Amino acid sequence: MIHEKRVLLKNLGKINPASIDDYEKAGGYKAIRKALDMNHLLVIDEMMNSSLRGRGGAGFSTGLKNKFTSESCLRCEQKYLICNADEGEPGTFKDRIIMENDPHLLIEGMLIAAYAIGASKAFVYLRGEYYRSIDMVTLAIKTAREKGYIGSKIFGSDFSVDIEIRLGAGSYLCGEELTLLESMEGKRGYPRIKPPFPAEKGLFGYPTLVNNVETLATIPVIIAEGSEWYSKLGIPESPGTKIFTISGDVANPGFFEVEMGTTLRDIVYGLAGGIKDGKRLKAMLLGGAAGTFVDETVLDTPMAYDSLKEKGAVLGSGAIMVLDETRSILCMTQSILEFFKHECCGKCVPCRVGTDRLVRMIKDINRGNENRFTLEEMVDEAGYIAKTSLCPLGQSPIMPLASLQRYFNDQF
Amino acid sequence: MIKSTADIFSDFKGTEDDLIPVLQKVQENFGYLSQKSMMDVGRFLRIPTSKVWATATFYTQFRLKPIGEKHIMLCRGTACHVKGAPRILDEIELKLGITEGETSSDGKYSLESVACIGACGLAPCILINEDVKGRLTPKLVNKLFEDKERRDQDVE
Repeated sequence: MIHEKRVLLKNLGKINPASIDDYEKAGGYKAIRKALDMNHLLVIDEMMNSSLRGRGGAGFSTGLKNKFTSESCLRCEQKYLICNADEGEPGTFKDRIIMENDPHLLIEGMLIAAYAIGASKAFVYLRGEYYRSIDMVTLAIKTAREKGYIGSKIFGSDFSVDIEIRLGAGSYLCGEELTLLESMEGKRGYPRIKPPFPAEKGLFGYPTLVNNVETLATIPVIIAEGSEWYSKLGIPESPGTKIFTISGDVANPGFFEVEMGTTLRDIVYGLAGGIKDGKRLKAMLLGGAAGTFVDETVLDTPMAYDSLKEKGAVLGSGAIMVLDETRSILCMTQSILEFFKHECCGKCVPCRVGTDRLVRMIKDINRGNENRFTLEEMVDEAGYIAKTSLCPLGQSPIMPLASLQRYFNDQF
Repeated sequence: MIKSTADIFSDFKGTEDDLIPVLQKVQENFGYLSQKSMMDVGRFLRIPTSKVWATATFYTQFRLKPIGEKHIMLCRGTACHVKGAPRILDEIELKLGITEGETSSDGKYSLESVACIGACGLAPCILINEDVKGRLTPKLVNKLFEDKERRDQDVE
């Protein structure tokens, strides 16, 4: 029997998330004290040694990202830290669980990251529709500021930092780090050309570190327990734990924190109780709309960045959407493609025209017309969009489509 | 209580990056962004109204028209879609007599669809103002908006 391994969610249900005292009694705000006693380079070393990979979906090394931002533009008088809490990938609600149940863990992680890179100003860019998360994080910032944990010369050190909350205004695209920066500057959420990466030129042109909520919430654990302890969790290619969110046709939809490398079978059948109403499994969509479809042959693959890649799948944000035998893959595909069309910002012509064209193609296929488009043609089109668009949205439709070609070609 | 735009502006330092937070406050206060309020915002931040307009029309949160008392946001995320969100939308539209993007003539209800609201475990779901209503069925929708029907009958 598989059990959850709660590292990030260790306080879940045990403390009152509105109480800073509860968090401290449970050992909170010790990691930041420990970090402030260390040289900031050592803090970054700890992140490097932990091999933590960004939990927002891209899986880039957190230590490296911190290192680049810390080393970039040493003469700059300002650096920024931004917590990306604009969680919007369909099927994903892990950040919300952290913010609603243990907001101080996120604040502590932000303080440590800000210290590591030398940022004196930090923002939480929070999804505007996450009302409860907004309340909890706002309260956490307020109480931490009252206690002097946010502000000037925190915990008796020479380090000063302020944290401010900014609310997203409803754009899926703004969850992407460069677009997020545009939005923070008050502009339309259009993607920027990269390079330069935020580590060189981010918010208002200053070096900026943008990290996901789950990533930042992991940092206090790494500092408190040590990178060696942390890197022993999970499997060597992807150490640590991960919060997976399961929705769709399972008996117990919800969230589960498990060690990296746990198999899909353990998560879907062990933790989520298997397929609802005794039906058979048809497909799973991993990583949300910008994710990949897989079938039951992937059930025994360890859930980790590289092992899934070999199967033509992605871990992404940790969303798992389960479809039983009665669901139509074609209908799902149409829903996903309509989502991309709707969220396309319109800046890059191939994406603007292409996402619309993909919707027409899938509708044509769904109607069952003679001489209808083929999946191959759609993959072709999506591949062209991916090559000629600036941001991850244009690079996304190819993901589900290519996975359909691999696993569900017979459905078209 | 409704404040004037000047009152709202006093909480901000007035730089360009305040644009979205200022618009959010203005909308929270007046329920929508009027042409005049957007011109005020432009003057306050010293940016052209066209730029205010450009930002306001990009983000789905901003509305240029007044909104109903009950703001219904239907999640059109993938999990909700699988669990029957289109049927829920049909049912709500039928029940309230408005289509997506409209406000009922009595100003009671507005209906919009939004991107995944992260309540996928409760799919299909809607937000009514700030409350999540999950695990919806057409029957439950019927019950949720029963009052509306009763009130209409009273009028008749």
